[in-house]
Amino acid sequence: MRYLLRRFAHAVFLLIGVSILAFLFTALAPGNYFDEMRLNPQIAPETVAALRAQYQLDRPLPLRYALWVNSVLHGEMGFSFGYNSPVTPLLLVRARNTLLLTVTATLLAWGIALPLGVWSADRQGRLPDRMLSWGTAALMAIPDLGLALGLLVLAVKTRWFPTGGMTSVDFETLSLIHKLRDLALHMTLPVAALVLSALPLLVRHVRAAVADMLDAPFLLAAQGHGVPKRRLLYRYALPAAANPLISLFGFSMGALLSGSLLIEVVMSWPGIGPLLVEAILARDLYVVIAGVLFSTLFLVGGNFLADTLLYWADPRIRTESSEK
Amino acid sequence: MQPLLQVQNLVKRYPGKKFVNSGEDLLALDGVSFSIVAGTTLAIVGESGSGKSTLAFCLACLERLTSGSIWLGDKDIVKLAEKDLRQVRPKIQLIFQDPANSLNQRWDVLEILSEPMILQGRTNRNEIRQAAHTLLEKVGLSSELGERSPRELSGGQRQRLAIARALALEPEVLILDEALSALDCSVQAQIANLLMELQSCLGMTYLFITHDIAMAAHLADEIVVMNRGQIAERGPTEKILKLPQHETTRQLLAAVPRLPRAVRPALEQ
Repeated sequence: MRYLLRRFAHAVFLLIGVSILAFLFTALAPGNYFDEMRLNPQIAPETVAALRAQYQLDRPLPLRYALWVNSVLHGEMGFSFGYNSPVTPLLLVRARNTLLLTVTATLLAWGIALPLGVWSADRQGRLPDRMLSWGTAALMAIPDLGLALGLLVLAVKTRWFPTGGMTSVDFETLSLIHKLRDLALHMTLPVAALVLSALPLLVRHVRAAVADMLDAPFLLAAQGHGVPKRRLLYRYALPAAANPLISLFGFSMGALLSGSLLIEVVMSWPGIGPLLVEAILARDLYVVIAGVLFSTLFLVGGNFLADTLLYWADPRIRTESSEK
Repeated sequence: MQPLLQVQNLVKRYPGKKFVNSGEDLLALDGVSFSIVAGTTLAIVGESGSGKSTLAFCLACLERLTSGSIWLGDKDIVKLAEKDLRQVRPKIQLIFQDPANSLNQRWDVLEILSEPMILQGRTNRNEIRQAAHTLLEKVGLSSELGERSPRELSGGQRQRLAIARALALEPEVLILDEALSALDCSVQAQIANLLMELQSCLGMTYLFITHDIAMAAHLADEIVVMNRGQIAERGPTEKILKLPQHETTRQLLAAVPRLPRAVRPALEQ
């Protein structure tokens, strides 16, 4: 238990650190949201100054940080200049859409990578294994953007899938089943792009981890007992190879989020990605910071999840931490 | 008497790798034949690299032979397909040199012992638990160890556990591949005694593979001496010890550590 508490405290400190850094860096960047107004002769300089004062942008940095922390504690995460509203409600809707995409993609990618990797490890060095290794290498060489564009071209040519957005225009009028169907159709392309970009790395890791285990004496012993092949692979080799894979799982949660930002923009999925890009271009400071924090939270959360899973999966970690 | 296990002309050839040993094939086993009568112990003795472990792996069907036949009762198990082989595997059990690696470290002692019984198709959990405890007792382990992980056991305890796990499958032949070599002297003696006890009460048949001819002499009824993948010499233990015919046997005998004569009488008093 202490192990998990320590990990949790670690995660909280990390988030605080990242928030301070995000503040520093956005303060270092030149200009702010109201600078463009200054170029506009229609707006009096006094008005711009008044706006800046209204949003506390003329205060010193430490004070602004303190004010922001206060607003975080009130559940607002600062104020968006562009949307003229607190950041939290803005972010929550987008975060929900992004999570829908990344969680689905992560689960799907792992669901494919595990059996594929084990299958390939079992045929180590033989033709199917080598072909898969070539395939994953080729897939890894294609940039995410290329994958997304390729899928879009496919969608446009075949007209099987909608090419953007999250729902159709007439979404609100549909029945529940048709709503789900509509959503699933819209999700297919971005999820496919995310899965394809994450898959090769995962397959290779699973294969390598399991292949390493296959020569272990305890597996030979089990084989000598007459344990069937499938059980040998999934009940012996895979759990023994699981530790690095679980860590990778946590990491892949975070990595898929950053991959998702790009794909959301390209496929116009109303998630965090487009919001963040827009906010960065407009220097909508607090939205940017909230976006950065959200992706950190995701990465940290993924790692925390991985640590928890490790704790649960490996009796050795349990005994080590209880001895300390 | 009809032998329990009979092997004829075993050949195992490892294809050479071009850059490692100029492409020459490695003949790990070169025409090995012998047989074991049920309830006896046959020791296979040889220096490292003589093909002992390859023999053990081939007999346990963990390596495919290049040619030859292994008769268990009236069945040639070399010819069996993997599916039928799985039915035979429990009958020939292999104990490895290093029990730390051959036990699944993620499972506790009871799980390790239950697995072979589940494989045998037993389903009643209480019955399995009961049987596991009986096995622990049989190999001289306290049943309090049931919840421990193999990492928390000593080397001797682990090897006892490995033997118990093999016994759970009710094997006909137990192959001990340097099973005592990783243990220290006093523990070696304990495990050797355990093996002899098990033999007298269960009628086990052992194939005892070792480089330690003294231990082989202690345990075996018959000794086969191997050299470079071939059988150099074989015969009853007595005869091999008293009248070694082959150079390898003499070398192995000479390698047995002895106390100097001057010290011995003092110890024997």
